[in-house]
Amino acid sequence: MPQITRVLVANRAEIASRVFRTCRRLGIGTVAVHSDPDAALPYVREADVAVRLPGSTPAETYLDVDAVLAAARAAGADAVHPGYGFLSENAGFARAVQEAGLTWIGPDPSSIEQMGDKIRAKELMRAAGVPVLEAPEQPTEVDLPLLVKASAGGGGRGMRVVRALADLEREVAAAQEEAASAFGDGTVFVEPYVEQGRHVEVQVVGTTVYGDRDCSLQRRHQKVVEEAPAPGLPDEVRTALHEAARRAAEAIDYRGAGTVEFLYDPASERFFFLEMNTRLQVEHPVTEEVHGVDLVELQLVAAEGAPVPERAGRASGHAVEVRLYAEDPAADHQPQSGVLRCLEIPQEPGVRVEAGFEAGNEVSTFYDAMLAKVVVCADTRAQAVRLLATVLQRSRIHGVRTNRDQLVAILRDERFVAGEVSTALLPQVALPAPDAGLAPVAAALALAERDRAARTVQRGLPPAWRNVPSQPQVTILGDHRVEWWGGRDGYRVEGAAVVAASPEQVTLEADGVRTTYRVSVAGSDVDVDWPGGHAALVRTPRFVDPAEAVASGSLLAPMPGTVVRVAVESGAHVAAGDPVLVLEAMKMQHTVAAPHAGTVAQINVQAGAQVAAGEVLAVVEEQQEETA
Amino acid sequence: MSGGAGNREALLEKITALDAEHAKAVAGGGEKSVARHHGRGKLLPRERIELLVDEGSAFLELSPLAGWGSDFAVGASVVTGIGVVEGVECLITANDPTVKGGASNPWTVKKIFRAAQIAEENGLPTISLVESGGADLPTQKEIFIPGGKLFRDLTRASARKQPTIAIVFGNSTAGGAYVPGMSDHTVMVKEQAKVFLGGPPLVKMATGEETDDESLGGAEMHARTSGLADHLAEDEHDAIRIGRRIVARLNWRKATVAPTSWAEPDADPEELLDLVPADLKEPFDPREVIARLCDGVSPTNGAVFDEFKPLYGTSLVTGWARLHGRQIGILANAQGVLFSEEAQKATQFIQLANQVDVPLLFLHNTTGYMVGAQYEQGGIIKHGAMMINAVSNSRVPHLSVVMGASYGAGNYGMNGRAFDPRFLFTWPSAKSAVMGPAQLAGVLEIVARQSAESKGQTFDAEGFAGIKQVVEQQVEEQSLPHFLSGMLYDDGVIDPRDTRTVLAICLSVIENRPVEGTDRFGVFRM
Repeated sequence: MPQITRVLVANRAEIASRVFRTCRRLGIGTVAVHSDPDAALPYVREADVAVRLPGSTPAETYLDVDAVLAAARAAGADAVHPGYGFLSENAGFARAVQEAGLTWIGPDPSSIEQMGDKIRAKELMRAAGVPVLEAPEQPTEVDLPLLVKASAGGGGRGMRVVRALADLEREVAAAQEEAASAFGDGTVFVEPYVEQGRHVEVQVVGTTVYGDRDCSLQRRHQKVVEEAPAPGLPDEVRTALHEAARRAAEAIDYRGAGTVEFLYDPASERFFFLEMNTRLQVEHPVTEEVHGVDLVELQLVAAEGAPVPERAGRASGHAVEVRLYAEDPAADHQPQSGVLRCLEIPQEPGVRVEAGFEAGNEVSTFYDAMLAKVVVCADTRAQAVRLLATVLQRSRIHGVRTNRDQLVAILRDERFVAGEVSTALLPQVALPAPDAGLAPVAAALALAERDRAARTVQRGLPPAWRNVPSQPQVTILGDHRVEWWGGRDGYRVEGAAVVAASPEQVTLEADGVRTTYRVSVAGSDVDVDWPGGHAALVRTPRFVDPAEAVASGSLLAPMPGTVVRVAVESGAHVAAGDPVLVLEAMKMQHTVAAPHAGTVAQINVQAGAQVAAGEVLAVVEEQQEETA
Repeated sequence: MSGGAGNREALLEKITALDAEHAKAVAGGGEKSVARHHGRGKLLPRERIELLVDEGSAFLELSPLAGWGSDFAVGASVVTGIGVVEGVECLITANDPTVKGGASNPWTVKKIFRAAQIAEENGLPTISLVESGGADLPTQKEIFIPGGKLFRDLTRASARKQPTIAIVFGNSTAGGAYVPGMSDHTVMVKEQAKVFLGGPPLVKMATGEETDDESLGGAEMHARTSGLADHLAEDEHDAIRIGRRIVARLNWRKATVAPTSWAEPDADPEELLDLVPADLKEPFDPREVIARLCDGVSPTNGAVFDEFKPLYGTSLVTGWARLHGRQIGILANAQGVLFSEEAQKATQFIQLANQVDVPLLFLHNTTGYMVGAQYEQGGIIKHGAMMINAVSNSRVPHLSVVMGASYGAGNYGMNGRAFDPRFLFTWPSAKSAVMGPAQLAGVLEIVARQSAESKGQTFDAEGFAGIKQVVEQQVEEQSLPHFLSGMLYDDGVIDPRDTRTVLAICLSVIENRPVEGTDRFGVFRM
């Protein structure tokens, strides 16, 4: 096979950046493709050249085989790296790349097909002597719980847990619908659901095993914390796992990087084949860190037809990765969108950040909401976990809500620290109650300092100076009401001494301890970061024009998305909780329900409408108490 | 500095007493009245002002002790002051409806007149936050006839293109109805504002018509029918929001571009408390005060104080400094007494300030012009008259701060109240009268003795001692800042440590009109 000179990455964000980095190191040219909403992401700029894929939805852009191939031709690429997701496990695409005379950086298309159909894959593995998990054809109560999975799926989409037989039929139908919409293939299958299981996977390149990873911490069946090696595996289990993975790869004469995923039941010390991902995984960096290997480089070597090492080097240390998502863990992990105003992750030694976004980028709801992966490698698991938790806690992330606090809570959870990981752990880790502490005070004072600096008359006076003091100044930040006094001697607040205040930084002393708060202001958004935490506050304006006030009973769009269906007509009577309309964002449907019984006074949108977060969709007027 | 700790203690005690008097003004009509007002969902005058002014900006309250020592509440049922609204310095007045329904008494009227004078002299827009039950009827004789000036001032202000805004929160009836009536802009709060010439009982008596408050003067009626209200506000917050929007659209431009950088004083203003002797007989060096009020040395300010004629007339210090970047000329008493040399030096200095259009600051600590045959013969009256002539006819803005004594014609020469300084503030350490209480009592005794002796009577020294004591006591009381401030003889008593801030506000406010000196003075008697 010819040497690769210019790689097009048929993907976006962090994984595109990741592939470009190795290409640059090896002297290979790079081509980015981007949808319209992604035009400003860093990966586009990092590539030698970029080709626009007009449109916004994945179907119009990164999933459009013809458009991607046309881009490769136009940019003179001679190889295509699919990244993960999108077309990475689409055998048709792999073949089309090859038929276009380009090098496909991935396994043989037939391997993708063999492993892509999860039912066939299971049969293949059973034949190769790899233990598999199977549900009876006619499940009964004793087989519960069950897991419905999309055959063509990945990343948790189309997966549903069934705990009552009565729900099975409905969940299968729902999973089919979701799978069809996400992957264009509605085939689903059912398997036993191991409650306290662990998700353990083995990295292979060709048939060479590069150790194992644990990816048990998942939400909505999507991994959020991954580590290598998998902690606490008995030696004989680890050896058997590696051997099973090797046999799986051998069974399909596998080429390039792939991952064999197993469900491990620590109680019985048994493991079962789940699926094989015939691509690079999101969590590949943890393997790279402990093995000192560049898996993308090995993919390129394999794609060029050169031999890959027959044995992996010795693993050393422990690596942990977290996926930082723009989502709200408190609201069922709803994806968040908006302008990422700041993304600063402390780059301590041992920390590796794979970010797809940078400050100023807009996070859209068209694609996966992962902002960055943060990876820490250290001598021991405990060291890596401690550093990672602290780095996350000290990161400055403004503009979108993220799962950062949840990640920190996991990394500091006693069970996690003890290595007691399982797929059931994440929901058991309590979300930390938001504790803004003195952050609202710091925010109020920084805002006052901003006002002071922006003053056009009577500049340079002490803040809120009064010769006849009568009341404190009041700054309202959502639920936080901050009262402060100004005057000759500077600021005074309850419960803390104000050591210093500037528009960007406020130092407060409480109980003899000084803490410096960094405050960033963008419009009404006020972000406060300090070594112990962070708070995203919103300044409540002093005055609201009554003409602009939102009528009570207004239903606001919880996130940007598309209106799928309007369930009621204007004037209709609704009961509390009745669905008013259905919104789709990130391929998830969200029902917007009536907050109280009443009459639908307004419907402002129709099916198909694109709505912004906070937009008033409908107004339900509350029913007056009626006398019978 | 001498006697620091004792001085500080004495002054701190006076500041504490001042705070207590201010607290009385803030308390308005008292807890019950305030609770009832709040219970109606209404805001207090200072709460309205706090919402009206730009967040975190300064508010310089004027005449807070008005009515002190009278039968009326401290503060005179109205709050007046200068605040920044949408970046515009405005003269704000707010009735205090918790004090007898916000009714105007003679002190209220004096206080509002003074506020109007400040607005006029400095060219400020005025905002009236109206909620007043009208005149205090028992004292109507002192209010009704002179009170017309209030309405005259409003429309004259408008004629000078000095915007007038009335925000009506409640009662504004009878004469009070002319406040919105004479203002350029009016805002009325729904279901609260009540603006009519005659209420239902009066109408019934006058014409027999049966009607109600809302038809006669409700906000809705004025906004939709009479057209007296330009804006109908949903509630008090909304009214203040609208008021701010009105100011934002005044297209207000100041006469001067304000300085943007300066150095804080080289010496700590906190030390002002150590400087002023507890006993005013002891003089103190005003240069020490100037170093604590004026800008420190910086790239734009080569020296803190450039003294003029430092070797001549040394009992009065004159010279140039900067305060918040603005140049000022300062006249400050150093030894209490003003001699001919001091008077002539002051006259020349005032003329110089007028030549270069620089505002003047008078720092009072004077016991008056020197008396005695030598000085009379040396022309002390002539020279004092020159100084008073210069002070009276000078056209650059004057600011006065009474730090210590301000007695006799010295009070005039140093730009006392009668000479209309733009602003006059008093320190708690001050005393002002025709002469010191002991001197006055002593003079009375001498006069009485002479009178008795001329009539061939024996002077009853023992008997007079009692009278002398009473007089001395009374003069002492009436020389003190609270009393004089209560009489509206200053614009407020201030903590000396706030003097720099107060002066900075005044100097900024002054710049709403051009600073132009004069070369026209009265005839100088040479």
